[in-house]
Amino acid sequence: MAPTEPILRLRNICKSFGRIEVLRDVTLDVHAGEIHALAGENGAGKSTLMNIIGGIHQPTSGEIVLRGAQAEIRSPLDAQDHGISLVHQEIALCPDVTVAENVMMSSIARSRAPFVNRARIRRQAAETLRLLTDIEPDTILGKLSISNQQLVEICRALNSDCDILILDEPTAALTQSEADALFAILRQLRAKGMAIIYISHRMSEIYGLCDRITILRDGRLISTDPVSAISPGEVVHRLIGRRLDAMYPAKAAVAGGDVLLSARDLSDGRKVRGVGFDLRKGEILGIAGLIGSGRTELLEMICGLRPRVAGTVSLEGGEGFAPALYARSVSRGVVYLSEDRKTNGSFQTLPIAFNISSLRLSQVATRLGLVNRRKEAAQALALGRRLNLRSAGIHQNVSELSGGNQQKVAIAKLLSVDPRIVLLDEPTRGIDVGAKAEIHALLRELATAGVGVIVVSSELSEVIGLCDRVLVLAEGRLSGMLEGEELTEGNVVRLAAGPARPTRNDEARRG
Amino acid sequence: MDRDETLTPGSGTLRGAVPRAVARLLRMREGMLLLIIAVLFVGMSFASPHFLTWGNMRAILMSFSTEGIVVVGMTILIIVGGIDLSVGAAMCLAMVVAGKLFLVGMNPWLAGLIGVGATGLAGFVMGLFVTGIGLGFFITSLAFLGLLRGLCFIVTEGTPLSLFTLPPSFKFIGQGNVYGVPVVILIFLVVAVVGDFLVRNATVFRRVIYVGSNENAANYSGINVRRVRLWTTVLCSSLAGFAGIIFMSRLGVATPTFGIGSELNIIAAAVIGGASLSGGKGSVLGAILGIGLLSLVTSSMILLNISIFWQETIRGLILLAAVSVDHLVNRHR
Repeated sequence: MAPTEPILRLRNICKSFGRIEVLRDVTLDVHAGEIHALAGENGAGKSTLMNIIGGIHQPTSGEIVLRGAQAEIRSPLDAQDHGISLVHQEIALCPDVTVAENVMMSSIARSRAPFVNRARIRRQAAETLRLLTDIEPDTILGKLSISNQQLVEICRALNSDCDILILDEPTAALTQSEADALFAILRQLRAKGMAIIYISHRMSEIYGLCDRITILRDGRLISTDPVSAISPGEVVHRLIGRRLDAMYPAKAAVAGGDVLLSARDLSDGRKVRGVGFDLRKGEILGIAGLIGSGRTELLEMICGLRPRVAGTVSLEGGEGFAPALYARSVSRGVVYLSEDRKTNGSFQTLPIAFNISSLRLSQVATRLGLVNRRKEAAQALALGRRLNLRSAGIHQNVSELSGGNQQKVAIAKLLSVDPRIVLLDEPTRGIDVGAKAEIHALLRELATAGVGVIVVSSELSEVIGLCDRVLVLAEGRLSGMLEGEELTEGNVVRLAAGPARPTRNDEARRG
Repeated sequence: MDRDETLTPGSGTLRGAVPRAVARLLRMREGMLLLIIAVLFVGMSFASPHFLTWGNMRAILMSFSTEGIVVVGMTILIIVGGIDLSVGAAMCLAMVVAGKLFLVGMNPWLAGLIGVGATGLAGFVMGLFVTGIGLGFFITSLAFLGLLRGLCFIVTEGTPLSLFTLPPSFKFIGQGNVYGVPVVILIFLVVAVVGDFLVRNATVFRRVIYVGSNENAANYSGINVRRVRLWTTVLCSSLAGFAGIIFMSRLGVATPTFGIGSELNIIAAAVIGGASLSGGKGSVLGAILGIGLLSLVTSSMILLNISIFWQETIRGLILLAAVSVDHLVNRHR
């Protein structure tokens, strides 16, 4: 990269929402004529940073320098005036008007003319659309598929006379050929001197398309490097990070008990493709992989929360297991903890006791179908004590508890049915170290007692510290299974990055 | 709230238990409403010599007893996260269907049963539109309000059905007394007490609360969200039909315009009683106190010679006050 003045420079950007600090001291330089990858796990602060550049949020402190002059971006309209265009991951278009009107939205919005010149709009939109796709400009947007809508969104950004283009995971909804067409256009734009910020998780895109990569983690800048100077493994490593090691319980003394659950060739037709594994008695089986690698989908498919397209699961002794509903899975002792505690895992407005009893109400009910409050309270007290739940009493609403205690309630709910197998999705995300260690100890205790335990985790040290064996997914496929000596950060990272797949556009990048 | 206190059975000492119990009662919606009703009651006893008479008490109770049955169903539906604007029309539909069948020679009890069945069926179809197609409760029930009301006009051909030939045994439901207490009030009390008890204790209604509190979490607890929603809708409509039959027995006539606007009163009562339109929260007892309060206010205004034109305005103000208090209290949590 030529040592020219960057077209966009963010210096020491900090952003807090209330007391929560989302970005801390982030510095980013973007040059004209480069495609700059921005990578980070969920919650790393990518979107906030993009929203600051796009004028949606204002930084708490720090400065923005545009084309060498200090600038303030007060609103999305302001951003457009500065030549900045943002393509959101979620489609932000008007579904009820034509494709052409959507593509031309910003110029219509700023036009001073009293009437809309439809012919001109249609012509200009058609020109832009032709670059990427053969979508008819007169189609009503809402009738298009999601991937086509995404293309329209991109066309709109291309159309607005910008020289800084930000794309937030633009290929998430696109097919490979559409993505290839997009990449070709981005390369053309780069050649014309546009600065492009490209947010993506996909290694193949980062390496096939981008010039430099900036990695964010927990709201901080980790590094900025030319992509040629950093290996995919190192990228993953920096994304996930090495965190302070917690104390982990001792691993299983004897590995290789009976098979509790055996999955073969599971596919959901979208995210998971042909994954199989065995879960043995006495072990904690970990599932690692980047976000979007199909971890959650794999668990949900096993317990009837997501339809299977192909594959089989059998439980101990070979009995087939294909619950059409989650309720059936629960009744056979296979339970699931959602990664999203607030949205899926708990009834925030209800008391602790109501939450814990919800998975199998019949346990605390009389034969007449009435809830036995005393039984329900006893259940909540017993499980609360077992998990060392801290609360003002079992009648306290879950919303008033700390994150760690909310998670304990969610786990207590699973244990209330004496499960044979527990599937846990990010069981310790966002909770304090103490509660985390307690949950780890509990999971080990369960495994030792013969309950099957599968843990999905984004945290590398947790996967390695807690689990006996780790299955690594990459883009929906089984990338490898690690255990014993092989279970190291390096190996997990290497497998999570997936098989190295250089794209056929490598030469173009050099050109 | 003290979060550091560990979980112990029967936490809390006896010291200060009584004031705490009173404070808790007042924090609960029911306690608050009882207090307001009590204040009104005492005030009115001094203000009007006609207030504290059995005749007046009976009149007030009668004025909300039948609609009160619908309030029970509406509260449960609001707890599940729904709402039904068609209950007034459903009341009327049960009435005119039963009335028509009786006039063509059917046994009045069977006719009443079929009337309730008709509203239950209407509720079922409405529930299918909501749970099957995924329409909103508000707009679906608005459509059904028109639909059912239209049916009432079609069935009656626009004229009231005179039902003075109803047998005395049937009229007894709406007009009879047991030891001086109107049967209508007794039926209402039974429905209210049973309804309140079941909502607090029955597993079936616990699932209603789960679905209303968090649909996703209910799904992740193995609860069939659609089925719960569907049957709650049927229950609410059927109770409206039941109330319609009682009205028919009480009035001895089935009018196609009966019950216009009563859905607003019923929904207002449930909300004043503490039901949250976002679901997961509500109390049958509170809702009953809510409709009681509305009736008490109306009757007091009549006794105090306040113009009838103020009634709707005052009701609107009460509703506005109730939801504002609710919102402010919840925001401060």
